This record gives sequence, structure tokens and C-alpha cells, in this order.
Amino acid sequence: MAVPAPHPASAEPTAGFGFILKKAVISALVALVLFFLMIGIRTEAGSSGQLIYWTRFGELAAIVGAVFVGSIVIELLRRWIGPVGGVELPASVRGGFAVLGRLLAPALLIFALLVPVIFYKERYLLDLAILVMTYVMLGWGLNIVVGLAGLLDLGYVAFYAVGAYSYALLAQSGLPLPHLTDAFPYVAFSMEQLGPWAFWVLLPVSGLLAALWGVILGFPVLRLRGDYLAIVTLAFGEIIRLVILNWQDLTGGPNGISGIPRPTVFGIPLTPGEHGFAAMIGVPFSPTHRLVFLFYLILALALITNWVTIRLRRLPIGRAWEAMREDEVACRALGINITTTKLSAFAIGAMFGGFAGAFFATRQGFISPESFSFQESALVLAIVVLGGMGSQLGVALAAIAMIGGFELFRGLDQFRMLVFGGVMVLLMIWRPRGLIGHRAPTVFLQKRTEISASLVKEGHG
Amino acid sequence: MDYFFQQLINGLVLGSIYGLIAIGYTMVYGIVGMINFAHGDIFMIGGFIALITFLILVSIGLTFIPVILLLVLLVAMAVTALYGWTVERIAYRPLRQSFRLAPMLSAIGMSFVLSNFAQVSQGARVKPVPPIITGGYTLHDSGNFAVQLSNVQIVVVVTTVVLLAAFTYIVSRTRFGRDMRACEQDQTMAALLGVDVDRTISMTFVIGAALAAVAGMMYLLYYGLVDFFMGFIAGIKAFTAAVLGGIGSLPGAMLGGLAIGLIETFWSAYFSVEYKDVAAFSILIIVLIFMPTGLLGRPEVEKV
Amino acid sequence: MTNAAPILAIDGLTMRFGGILAINKLSFTAQRRQITALIGPNGAGKTTVFNCITGFYRPSGGTMTLVHDDGATFRLDRLHDFRICKYAKVARTFQNIRLFPGMTALENLMVAQHNTLMRASGFSLLGLLNAPSFRDAERDAIDFAREWLERIGLTDRADDAAGNLPYGDQRRLEIARAMCARPALLCLDEPAAGLNANESAALSDLLLSIRNDIGTSILLIEHDMSVVMEISDHIVVLDHGVKIADGAPRAVRDDPKVVAAYLGADEEDAAQVMEQTMEGGA
Repeated sequence: MAVPAPHPASAEPTAGFGFILKKAVISALVALVLFFLMIGIRTEAGSSGQLIYWTRFGELAAIVGAVFVGSIVIELLRRWIGPVGGVELPASVRGGFAVLGRLLAPALLIFALLVPVIFYKERYLLDLAILVMTYVMLGWGLNIVVGLAGLLDLGYVAFYAVGAYSYALLAQSGLPLPHLTDAFPYVAFSMEQLGPWAFWVLLPVSGLLAALWGVILGFPVLRLRGDYLAIVTLAFGEIIRLVILNWQDLTGGPNGISGIPRPTVFGIPLTPGEHGFAAMIGVPFSPTHRLVFLFYLILALALITNWVTIRLRRLPIGRAWEAMREDEVACRALGINITTTKLSAFAIGAMFGGFAGAFFATRQGFISPESFSFQESALVLAIVVLGGMGSQLGVALAAIAMIGGFELFRGLDQFRMLVFGGVMVLLMIWRPRGLIGHRAPTVFLQKRTEISASLVKEGHG
Repeated sequence: MDYFFQQLINGLVLGSIYGLIAIGYTMVYGIVGMINFAHGDIFMIGGFIALITFLILVSIGLTFIPVILLLVLLVAMAVTALYGWTVERIAYRPLRQSFRLAPMLSAIGMSFVLSNFAQVSQGARVKPVPPIITGGYTLHDSGNFAVQLSNVQIVVVVTTVVLLAAFTYIVSRTRFGRDMRACEQDQTMAALLGVDVDRTISMTFVIGAALAAVAGMMYLLYYGLVDFFMGFIAGIKAFTAAVLGGIGSLPGAMLGGLAIGLIETFWSAYFSVEYKDVAAFSILIIVLIFMPTGLLGRPEVEKV
Repeated sequence: MTNAAPILAIDGLTMRFGGILAINKLSFTAQRRQITALIGPNGAGKTTVFNCITGFYRPSGGTMTLVHDDGATFRLDRLHDFRICKYAKVARTFQNIRLFPGMTALENLMVAQHNTLMRASGFSLLGLLNAPSFRDAERDAIDFAREWLERIGLTDRADDAAGNLPYGDQRRLEIARAMCARPALLCLDEPAAGLNANESAALSDLLLSIRNDIGTSILLIEHDMSVVMEISDHIVVLDHGVKIADGAPRAVRDDPKVVAAYLGADEEDAAQVMEQTMEGGA
């Protein structure tokens, strides 16, 4: 945790080595005070409940030394490379990037389609690819709300949870509402009736339920702006999580729900038996089949999300979302109903979150409230913002970078979140507007020109 | 009735702690217009610093409790204030003129860094301390229920009141307070008039962190434990308090803190402990729907 | 089928903010296919009147009646928010330009046709399926927008971000955007503010052509007297929320009360100064 030098503007480029050294000493001193107690002394609850402590001055010295050296290195790098972010690429280079950018999306798509072929033998990588695609889908779903409509949603995980629990509960026990099923017996159904089709019937149901919750959240927050909206959505996400955690009769509380039905290839189970998919197509059974199928399933779901978003952007509703992000008052003056426009953004974003949730439940076979913490919301939001608000390709790249990067640090175990948080800070400082820093117009007369992100507003909400 | 009064006391004590944290949120929001997501974790760090300082002081043979408490308070405030300063310097200052979402994400990242730093450096397990301040008074005893006012509760409330008085003095009477209010109104103009904006913002974070450290120490005294995860929920609730009181308003933050403390305590006492956080958050949502600017916030006039 | 009734009749309009009386029992009418100017010193309450008409404020009292060419009648004081534009067909511009800066000029004009397109897109379902009926509607909308871009001379910049256009172009684009909502009444809040002499003249031509060629009635707030005197058919003068004069441009210009209100000086001196400025400007 080196203390960075003053802002580039105020830095004296002519200052000599003495200046660098002075800064490094100050940084090291700050680090010493910060870490003297937190690292130099380790506390732990002893066996009798009594607190004990021991000193770790070696580690403390190492870290303070690292800050000292790091501060010098950063300062020197800054001298050589120049201020970060102040470099404007020449037009030719930018043009080259633009061509690459156009090729990037199809290339990524082809690569995604081939992932199960390339990594067929690597179960771990397949698993990771499924995880990445789940976050790509979540990112695309949240992008509708945050990127297009400009509504800052810090509780997106709530819809993910609603989708997952809707699927898990309905698939396990039919409608868990005895009053309703007694009054209207025909709405009652059971797993036996649905059989292998459970996933395919309940997937849209889960999405619609999540959309309903999107509207339920949307109504009260219609009038809220900016950070008020952020905190209310955060509170909403926490409420959903706490209710799931505490409503033990329905959700199993902290123990979660296990034995959630696995998906089938449109009715054909992925099991070893003679009615299984492997026997049906005449190949020996392998557990990898399910992974491959899950991968293509989430890929398809994500691509549907992407397709719908791209289409909606070019429809009046999508333009109204973006216009609302730019200027809500002007929208009202043009006869646009802000209420329905906002609610539709919340509902559609939530619906895709719900689909992803149902997929998550069927993939894991087990869900518990732990999977739906605020950290997930923050992670998905980070993916959207890092991607460059509103850019579909950017979101996909950000999801790959974040989730992939997160996995790289798996070996670091407990340092993982520490590194993740630090990287989040650095990325924001490096690219506050995200990886893809421009907006593509939805319609054009003569030629499509990219709009610089500095003009695009972030919305009031 | 006695039970009611007991809960009232408990709620006010808890509310004082929330209020102290909420002031940090509200100050930062007032001056730089961002939610300092890491503030809850600054509170947690404050709790840890207090705990460690306490351990050291006891182990070097200090026994006089008031002196120990005073030293712990001073060390916790000073060191935690430096954390606040460092966080602002590293994660927020480079983004000050940036887009609105970047500092928010940076703050969320910083919150992860701080809580996991505490986890890595001090372990994941809950750290209990034996009761430091014991004893108390029985205010009223009706035979089957006694209204208790413990010494810890008195210490918490008195400390809060004293610090709040000092803090109000700083904001309303000193040069720093004037600079701070000027920066809240218009940073460019304040800079033109010779206010050192960078320094004023740094000081705002420092003071907010110092108050959070006090809250951390009070939490340690009152509940007798700290853990690396406590910053998150406490932080959200304190932010809820700040919003409830009207974000940007200092008395509002304290009022909101007390309100959240009372709601939480009474809900636990009369309804269910499990849903106390749900109650606090629901109240937040309801208040914002009917009073979008909080209890003491200035109404926002729509400019067309 | 033209209607003889005034397009907009305002009767006893009152607006209070807390204890402040911003508009006090204001009554005036705006005639069909005419340009009605609302003038007055700063703080007279002109923009407040606009905000009441266009549904941003709910008036404390009084009635505002709008009558379409076909006789359809709307009580603006009972409609609110987006409905004023959607149903009563009143569109407006803003004193501080409120374009969608991150969207292109063309997109700005497309957003203005939201309600028509929304219906054509079957509330997005037909649009998602790319139904031919929606594609036709979309093409019509683009053509209509192109027509307006030509009219304001911005065809070449159709695909540039609105926020990148020069100030004068932004002003004109905002008017075109309001017109793309196909209003019966167009409310313009200081459209000439910040324009140079050439741009002001072009603006006058644009507004006259909107009145003459398209037949849209215009309600105009303006400080630039040269524009007001040149194009207005009727002028209403407001001071401290009260109407102090109402009539043809020449009559209003010579009204000593108006002159006094503008200059706050004694009436005779003021009349002289006023005379000079207006002749200089016109």
C-alpha cells in the first residue's frame, strides 16, 4: 500500500532523486504506523477463550521495506512512462484498434463455441468457462439497468437469488403454497408430472418471477435518484438475502437446498442408464457430457440476452432508456412515460438475472444464501462498469478478465479477495470509463460514428 | 413498561454507535458527493486497533482502567484516522474529477481490501475481550424485571456526546470547519478564495475515520468482540442512518443513527431478532419513498 | 376543418411555492397558427408559466384549456407530466438546452417520436421480431427526422453526437426535436439566448416557417426584442407574476407600464431608452 505521488499535474518532473527518496521515506513511515498494530501484532482467541497475542516484527519490517522500495519503483516508472492516462494514441493506431475491435466480437464468439472441443479433457477449465459465461450473462443483464437506463442497481444479486430459489423450490416440491393449491387444484403440480422437463418448464417461470420482483423493487424507487437509488437497491438485495436466510421452513435457511434437478437435453437425462443421452446417441457415458451441455446451455442463454439487448437498443424502448440516462426531464417533455420506461428496464434486467439464477441452481444442484451476498452484486457491477457502460463487448471482456483473473489467484486462497479489491481500485484509476470508452449509435443516416464516452451521461439514478 | 425503558436505553446506546459512523458517511458525501463504501471497514479497523492497543497496555502492566481507556481511544483515533487519510489518497483522490461510478467502484474495492486485510493479518475468527467496564445501576425494579443502566452504556453515551460537541465546535467555529462548508458549496470557488481543497477533503476523511474509530472502540466495549466482517453490516446500517437523517446533514446523521438503533432494538425485543436488519432496511425504503431527502435533508427543487 | 377557438386559453393561473406567489391570476389566450410571445423582466415568472403549461408543475389554481384543430379539448391543469406532450401535443424546449448529449442528432429526433414508434413496435414485441409494419414505421420516422435535419441545415451532422454540435446548432436541434413530437403547440423558452445576429435572423425564419408552412402555434419566451418584435403576432407582458400588458407588438412596445417594468426607472426616461433599443434591434 504505497502512498502515490501527488497528482501528475502537480508533480515536479525536474525534482531529483532526493525528492523520490523523501517520498519513499514518508510512505514507509505511513506504512509503519498503519501496519505496526495490525501486522506487527497478531491476536487470537486462546483455548480458554482468553485473548493471546504474539509479535510479527519480521513481517512488519518486510512490508514496510516493500512499501519503501515500491514507492521508489512507482515514482521512477512514472518518470519514465509519464502520467498514466495522459497518452493519446495516434489516429492510425486507434484506427487499427477499431478494426481489431470489430473482429474481436466474432472471434470471441467462435472461440466460445469451440471451448468444449478445445478443453474437452480439462474439466476444471470447462467449469471455469461455465462460470465465466454465467457472469457474462449477469453482466449483460445488469447492463440493461445500469449501462443503458442509467439506474444504479447495487442489489442485482437479489434477482439472481429469486431465479435460483424459484427454480429450486418449484422443481423440488411444486408450488409451495398449500392455500393456493387447495383452492385451485389445477395449479398444483409435482416433480413427477414434470419429470425430465422440469428445467425447461421452470426456467421461463423463474425468469418471469424475477421480472416480477424487478417491478416490485422498481415501484418504490421510481422517484429516487443517484445514491439514494443505490442504497435502496442494496438494502433490497440484503432484505431478500436475509429473508432467504431466516425463512427456514421454506428455504432451508443457511443449510440451503440440495438435490435440485439437473437439466436434461430437452427431456433426455444426462445419466449413464440406457435412457440417458449417451446411450441415445450411441457413445459411452462420460460425466463431461453434462459439463459440455451446461456450457452450451449458458452460452445460449447469454447469447439470447445479448441478442435481445442489442435489438431492444434499436427499438423505441431502448432509445428511451438511453435518453432517460441522458436527461430525464427532456424525456418527460417529449411525452415519454418515465414510470413504464424505468420499470421495463428493471423488469427485463431482473428477468435475465432470474434466468441466470435458475441456471446456477441446476448447475450446482445445491444453493444456499451464501452464494447471493453483496459481493456478487459488487462483482457484477464492477464487470459492467469496467466493461464500459452500455458496451456489450466490453462487458464480455470484463467478465473474462475479472472471473478469469479471480481464478488465477485461487492458489493465494485468503489473499484472493484482498488482491481482487486492490485490482478493482487500480482498474478504476486506470480506466474510470471502462475498457470500451465509446458508444455506438443505434441508427444512422450516412455513417456510423462512435460517440466519445466523455459526452455520454451516466444517469441520475 | 420497564421492559420498554430497558429497550429504549439499549436502543439509544446502539444508536450512538451508528450515529458516530454515520457522521463519517454524511461528511464525505457532503464534500465529495460519493458514498464512501470503505467507511464501514474503517470502523472495523478502528475496533481492531482498539483491541490490540488494549491488549498491549494490559500486558505492559497498566491497571488503571480510565487511563487505559483514554490511551486506547487516542491511539485508535490516531491510527484509524491515518487509515482514512491513506484510503482517500490512494483510492479516491485520483478519481475526484472522474465519472460518478468510478469512485463508487473504487470505494467498494477498497472495502474488500480493508476487510480482507484484517482477515489476513488478524485471522478470520471472532476476537472476544473480557468485559473491561463492569457494573452498573438498577434504575427501577418492579420485582420481575429490573431496568439496568450499565457503566459501559454510560461510557458509550457520554463519549459520544462529548465527541459530538467537540466535532460540532470544529465544524461550526474553526477555520477548517469553514473551509469544509465552503468546499461543500462550491469547490472551484473555494479554491479560488484560497481554501486548500485537497487538504480540506483529506481532513474530512481523517475526522470521519477518527469518529468511526471511536465507534469501533465503543462497539468493542459494548459487545466485547470484533471480527473482520463486522464493518459491512454496520456500515450499511450507518449509511442507512445517514440517508434516513438526510444525507449531508450532520445532526441528521446522529438523529438517523439513533432512529436505526431504536428500530433495531425494539424490533428485536418485540418481534424477532432474525429480522431486525430486514426491519431497519425496510424502514429505510419506506422513509425514502415518502421523504426522499430524509428527515433533515434539504428538499431538492426540481430545476427545469 | 379549422377551429376558431384559441389554441390555448389560460384563465386565472396561479402558482404558489410555499409562501411565494410566483404567478398571480394570470389570464391570456394564444391564437391558433400565431406566435404568441411571453415577455417580462428576469424573475417575472415566465418559465414558471411554461412549467405549468407543460406539466412540470401542478398549478395552485386556475385553468388552462388547449383545443386541437379537430376540436379535441384538453384541460392542461388536470393532465400531468408526460401526458401533456403525449395526448395534448404540447412540446417544449428549455432555457438551458436539454438535448441528449451522448446521442446523435438523428437519435435525438428519433426519441421525440417515441410514442408513435412504441405503438408501431407493438410495445417492443413486434419490434423484437422485426415485423414489417414496424420497419415501415421506423423508416417513416427516419424520413421525418431527415426532413427536419434538412430544415435546420444539420443533415451533414446527423450522425454526430448532439453534445458535440456548436451552440447555435444545438438550439435549432432542440426545436427540431420538439417539432418531431408533432405538437399542436410549441413552447420555446428563450430560443435566441446566446445566438449571434445571423443565427437570430435564421431562427426567426425557422419559427415563421413553422407557423406558416406547418401551421403549428407557438408560445415564445424571449428576451431578444428584435426577434420578438419581428415575428410575434401577439405579446403578453408579465411582471412579478402579474400580467401588465397584452396586445399587438406595436401597442405593447409603446405601453409605459411595460417600459417601466423593464427598466425600473421613471416612465418617461425609460420610454425613450426603450424606443431606441427597439429601433436599433429591429
